[in-house]
Amino acid sequence: MNKYAFRKVKDRMMISLCYLALIVALIPLISILMETMIRGAPVINLGFLFQRIPPLGQPGGGIGPAIQGTLIVVGLASLIGVPVGIVSGIYLSEFRESKLALAARFLNDVLSNMPSIVIGIFCWTLIVVVIGWSVIAGAVALAIMMIPIVARTTEESMKLVPASIREAAIALGIPQWKTTMTVVLSGAKRGIATGILLSVARITGETAPLLLTILGSRFWFSGFTEPTAALPLTTFNFSQSAFSAIDWPKAWGASLILILMILGINVVVRYYTREKYG
Amino acid sequence: MKTEKKIPKFLSLLRSKLRTSPKKIYSYMRTHRFQILTGLIACNIFVILGGMVYKMLSQSWLSIETYGMGFLWGRVWEPTPPTPGVPPSFGALPLIWGTLVTSGIALLLGVPISLGIGLALSEFSPKRFNYLVSFFVELLAAIPSVIYGLWGIFVLIPFLQRYVYPSLQTVLGFIPIFQGEIHGPSILTAGIVLAIMIIPTVAAISRDVISAVPNAQREAIIALGATRWETSRVSISYARSGVIGAIILGLGRAVGETMAVTMVIGNSFNLFTSLFNPGYTLSSIIANEFREASTPPVYISALIEVGLILFVLALVINALARLIIWRTMKTVKGAEAV
Amino acid sequence: MSYRIEIENLNAWFGKKQVLKGINMKILENAVTAIIGPSGCGKTTLIRCLNRMHEIVPGARVSGRVLLDEEDIYGEYIDPVTIRRRIGMIFQKPNPFPMMSIYDNVAAGLKLNGMKNKSMLDEIVEKSIKMADLWDEVKDDLNKSGASLSGGQQQRLCIARALAVEPEVMLMDEPCSALDPMATAKIETLIRMLAEDYTVVIVTHNMQQAARVSDFTAFLYLGELIEFGPTKDIFENPKSELTEKYITGEFG
Repeated sequence: MNKYAFRKVKDRMMISLCYLALIVALIPLISILMETMIRGAPVINLGFLFQRIPPLGQPGGGIGPAIQGTLIVVGLASLIGVPVGIVSGIYLSEFRESKLALAARFLNDVLSNMPSIVIGIFCWTLIVVVIGWSVIAGAVALAIMMIPIVARTTEESMKLVPASIREAAIALGIPQWKTTMTVVLSGAKRGIATGILLSVARITGETAPLLLTILGSRFWFSGFTEPTAALPLTTFNFSQSAFSAIDWPKAWGASLILILMILGINVVVRYYTREKYG
Repeated sequence: MKTEKKIPKFLSLLRSKLRTSPKKIYSYMRTHRFQILTGLIACNIFVILGGMVYKMLSQSWLSIETYGMGFLWGRVWEPTPPTPGVPPSFGALPLIWGTLVTSGIALLLGVPISLGIGLALSEFSPKRFNYLVSFFVELLAAIPSVIYGLWGIFVLIPFLQRYVYPSLQTVLGFIPIFQGEIHGPSILTAGIVLAIMIIPTVAAISRDVISAVPNAQREAIIALGATRWETSRVSISYARSGVIGAIILGLGRAVGETMAVTMVIGNSFNLFTSLFNPGYTLSSIIANEFREASTPPVYISALIEVGLILFVLALVINALARLIIWRTMKTVKGAEAV
Repeated sequence: MSYRIEIENLNAWFGKKQVLKGINMKILENAVTAIIGPSGCGKTTLIRCLNRMHEIVPGARVSGRVLLDEEDIYGEYIDPVTIRRRIGMIFQKPNPFPMMSIYDNVAAGLKLNGMKNKSMLDEIVEKSIKMADLWDEVKDDLNKSGASLSGGQQQRLCIARALAVEPEVMLMDEPCSALDPMATAKIETLIRMLAEDYTVVIVTHNMQQAARVSDFTAFLYLGELIEFGPTKDIFENPKSELTEKYITGEFG
């Protein structure tokens, strides 16, 4: 085989291998989605969604408190994390060359790549040690995870707003800060909303930090300074149960709800931010 | 009484340092209200990270004092020794070993696949295909860790145990790491799950940095008579620092991953020599034992010290990735300055 | 003297927009042929059709024949990769590989073709760099990055890189437009030297350059070939009024 023919064969082979890699990566995705549907769907009914969580090994019941817990903790976390993240992002975008911004940007990056269990430990030492296993501790942990992501996406979205819009506002006599808070922020709102939604989707699925803060429970929400249930934790607990026939399907059911929530947010976000190809 | 005297002294010190009057400081603060207010909020990151460093260090101090540097190569993990009167021992070597090996497997398996995907999407596919497929690859990233774990326990492990591991041992059994009793929940399984989990990250970044290679570079090698594969090799070479950065970020993810690993690794504290053995990682021991670790107090402290090691590891890996990516930007910009 | 390249009824499109209309031209070997015309007339597209670089852009299309030594490069079973090996191209903006050394840049094409013998590589690399009139400036350190040279040197490096694979034809797309006058002069001298061994086709928006450097000139306007002939004739005795208007600078 002469050199040229060999190169042609190699070309075809290597390109095929690359597409094979793509297929190999998509197989687990399809498997996970399929298995979750197949194993989780039979368990889901209205009762499952709203009833209390039974002890391990007891048939019946549902994951109502887990759904409630997730909504409360994620909601509280967002309440804390979103404003802080957006304002930080505004600072990073408006005063981007300042020393504070350079340092903060770097550190935000560090924090966003921090293992979530370490953040859980931090919140344990900070809050749980003082007021016990609690919703607040969990919300703070998730908020800490949210802040760098929201700050980054806010900064990037604001940077994308064309300078001409800013200049037009300033030429009209609007002060710099007001321009930022009205014109620029409004121009960036799509990107910011995307960032918020994606980070909410991300923290909804987090288990490790919740393990060390809200502890998990079988019961309905009973106060911000009390432990509570959450979907990922409940999923995990059911999966570790020795009563396979009764509890494992519930684990799948809980994870189906969880995945629907998360993928739902992702799909909606990506649909609204899709680019149109002519 | 004392404080009342101190305040004016502090102010006059400040005044002499700044060489301006309080009036000027106040005026500066007024005009720069916006910057100061937003800047203060942006400082949250310093508070958080500073707090983390402080708390992790102070809460693990007991363990650090008790076990010193030996903690890093200690091989025993006994919170409550069987014989009374013997103090507990904690050592992190098998944990560090477990984290390194599982992450290593994740990279070994995950990086080639990720690069293949990155190339397929950026070099060989039309835009539409790229966009659609990228969507699905990124969906992989959105799946929470606990669901990977669930799938790992109930789908992947049975599959591997029935169809893959026995053949693997038959074929490669002469190598020590593939010997010994085959366990479903094992180091190898954890490595495989981690590989799947890092693929979206490494693939997406690789795809982006390769797409960013200027067309002029591709045209230069195409004009010399290169095939598509040969052209992509030039692109990868140009973007290699970005690709390396992506790989290191994938490593960071693998090292920090907790739930999926805990659910498929077998949670067994040992210095394993076979990949089919169950094991433990820095993150999974914390997830597994933290809630029940009440006595003795040094137990929790030891677990927090494990968290500290993880913290430092993640920090170093992230800093490395940043450095490499920053250096790429410099060399690329230098070439484009012409 | 024979014709190296014969262009027959060449049409080219970018999507729905037609940029070349029915080009017929014969390019003499061992001569320099210049393609001139106002911006947007299709000169770059024309030259890129000669080594099948036009079609790598998504949506680009070509019809017609281009004969290289009497073989249609757009023939049904012809692999463009083989064509590009025989026809070299120099681009408007020098594009050496910054992550490779000067040596590796020049050797890039050779290594693609499988050449591994170090001494042979050394020999051809040196020969090519000398042909590109760059040897004296870089001979002391061939390991420096390809991007560390000046603009004019980078362009000569690209020429060396193209010459190393011993093409039959050299295509140059406005090779001097990004360079200063001194570097330009060096390259123009080089072009005249190359014509002794190669067939050179050069696109230029600089008419004086065309007059200095080429033996034949083609004038393109809005995708059509208006006039083609010996450079002297085109500039001193243009047949078409349009050509005359362009030459005298009435439009540009």
